[in-house]
Amino acid sequence: MSEPIKVPTMAEYMAQGKQPEVLFWVGCAGSFDDRAKKITKAFVKLLHKAKIDFAVLGTEESCTGDPAKRAGNEFLFQMQAMTNIEVLNGYGIKKIVTACPHCFNTIGNEYPELGGKYEIMHHTQFLKTLLEEGRLKVEGGKFKGKKITFHDPCYLGRANNEYEAPRNLLEKLEGELVEMRRNKKHGMCCGAGGAQMFKEPEPGNKDVNVLRTEQAMEVSADIIATGCPFCMVMMTDGVKAKNAEDNVQVMDVAEMIANAEDL
Amino acid sequence: MQYIPNILFLIALVAGIGFFTINIRKVIRNIKLGHKVDASDHTGERWGNVFRIALGQSKMVVRPISGLLHIIVYLGFIIINIEVLEIIIDGIFGTHRIFSSLGGFYGFLIGSFEILALLVFVSVTIFWLRRNALKLQRFWKPEMKGWPKNDGNIILYFEMVLMGLFLLMNATDIPFQEMNNGNIVSKYIAGWFSNTPEATLHIIERSAWWLHILGILVFLNYLYFSKHLHIMLAFPNVYFGKVVPKGKFKNLESVTNEVKMMMDPNADPFAAPAEGAAEAPAKFGASDVMDLSRIQLLNAYTCTECGRCTDECPANNTGKKLSPRKIMMDTRDRLEEIGKNIDKNGEFKPDGKQLLDDYITREELWACTTCNACVEACPVSIDPLSIIMDMRQYLVMEQSAAPTELNVAMTNIENNGAPWPYNQMDRLNWKDEN
Repeated sequence: MSEPIKVPTMAEYMAQGKQPEVLFWVGCAGSFDDRAKKITKAFVKLLHKAKIDFAVLGTEESCTGDPAKRAGNEFLFQMQAMTNIEVLNGYGIKKIVTACPHCFNTIGNEYPELGGKYEIMHHTQFLKTLLEEGRLKVEGGKFKGKKITFHDPCYLGRANNEYEAPRNLLEKLEGELVEMRRNKKHGMCCGAGGAQMFKEPEPGNKDVNVLRTEQAMEVSADIIATGCPFCMVMMTDGVKAKNAEDNVQVMDVAEMIANAEDL
Repeated sequence: MQYIPNILFLIALVAGIGFFTINIRKVIRNIKLGHKVDASDHTGERWGNVFRIALGQSKMVVRPISGLLHIIVYLGFIIINIEVLEIIIDGIFGTHRIFSSLGGFYGFLIGSFEILALLVFVSVTIFWLRRNALKLQRFWKPEMKGWPKNDGNIILYFEMVLMGLFLLMNATDIPFQEMNNGNIVSKYIAGWFSNTPEATLHIIERSAWWLHILGILVFLNYLYFSKHLHIMLAFPNVYFGKVVPKGKFKNLESVTNEVKMMMDPNADPFAAPAEGAAEAPAKFGASDVMDLSRIQLLNAYTCTECGRCTDECPANNTGKKLSPRKIMMDTRDRLEEIGKNIDKNGEFKPDGKQLLDDYITREELWACTTCNACVEACPVSIDPLSIIMDMRQYLVMEQSAAPTELNVAMTNIENNGAPWPYNQMDRLNWKDEN
């Protein structure tokens, strides 16, 4: 059993009269989904490694309301949004980083009109900045000879035009970066967005995640890299559906960086 | 008697433009059935989009083959229309090729028109082959049966015939061929008629001239009934297209006021609304076209059913019923139906139908992943996703008709702040787990 990692909360900071450099918004998947929790921990390890002064909301964090809004429940969305904004503003939060593109999109695009104005970064953007500022270093090598393909999360890519930050990070790993036929602006959804994650798909001839996994396997990727806990679930299930667990791994960009650093 | 052709021409011209104006006014009236939206923001960016996306066709060339062919037809359409000016002046005043006195420049103009006419003819033929011989998948989806399929082909036939008539009228125009100035393509066609008597040639030339201009007027009036309206509406539509990040969905203001009141401990729940305060909307979301915005209705009239959206839609790619193109086609069809209802009754008489269920099914709406692929794919900035979202909002907020699993997820969010049934107090447990 490894040591529990140190994760300070905003309440603790407040008690000490301190303000962290950045708030890490963990998100529901990052808090509760078994696979996504590993991403959360990998990212926290990187934050420690880079000596970032950060905190989480912990039990004061709540769903941003993204799935509610996209399912059509504007009322529930705004209830969630206003509650979260009250907590965030109460702590005087200025800067937020999150490993979930859905939280990233909702807080960044839909909270400002409701009174929640923060500088928000996706964790791949944040990590890229750390590398550029020299606060974090990545040794390649571990992924040498591996074919890596990046699956663009819709809410990071098309929704917010961020295609390069995750790719820049992956380039540092010295693997062979290959693009699927549908990438960046034309990337194909994993099938989880718009609250689809929480329901059965409508009848069709295939599941979206299986089709997307097939596209990744067409370019014979060893690793499907992504930056979204929901894409993670969908692509992992897709790989299982294709019985390809032995050949194809699905990893978050943060996990790969942490992995390269033996964290 | 000698003025009869001039008079006939004027009548045709006035009738053609008159009918067109009447129908365009109907389009405008129908679009105004939607609610107003403020689009006075981002003016610079909006004009930039018009130049880049509409005039510059930047999103068309994302698919290089159809993009290039489309640019040829688009340029041909605009440039060859300069010639229509001469035709109209000739028609009204009984002159013949009034601009030919421009000499070399005239030859240059007509020469370019002829080359473009030939290129357009070839491009349109390739378009026809792509639809009917290659049978590109996106032209053979279920929503493309019947009128939409015929409409696509009729437009192509129109263009082939118009271009053919233009070249034929030049080829059989004896003075024009003798002038040998600008007949760069038509001189080869003229060769086919080397044994035709002059009188016959003259009849062919006059017939081609008349059929060409009448064809243009008929085509102009065909637009209103066709997907081809995009040749005009694409420009305003791109102007009004989304200029905020695609992931940003609008927040309902009426809901904001309600939620603020609920969260304000000092709010008086029985207070009468303040004077002049925005009234709560009659309903949340959209179940019919009148609940949509004017921009969304303009979107529907602009859609030319190219199917690039549907081609990129992950739900459609995996055999689900959802097709973003069908969402736009249904919206226009329903809007037209309401327009006809108003034409007939003077005002809209409820017809027991609506956009939801009678046109767009719930199964389609719930299949959307909100991934914005359709929005990105549209070459003229149509936003099918916004209509899907408004209709979902109606289903959930007015009818509580979300799929059961979504209701469970939403109840969880409400009760414990996550879509899954975990206690909010366990939210930080991950740090101590392995």
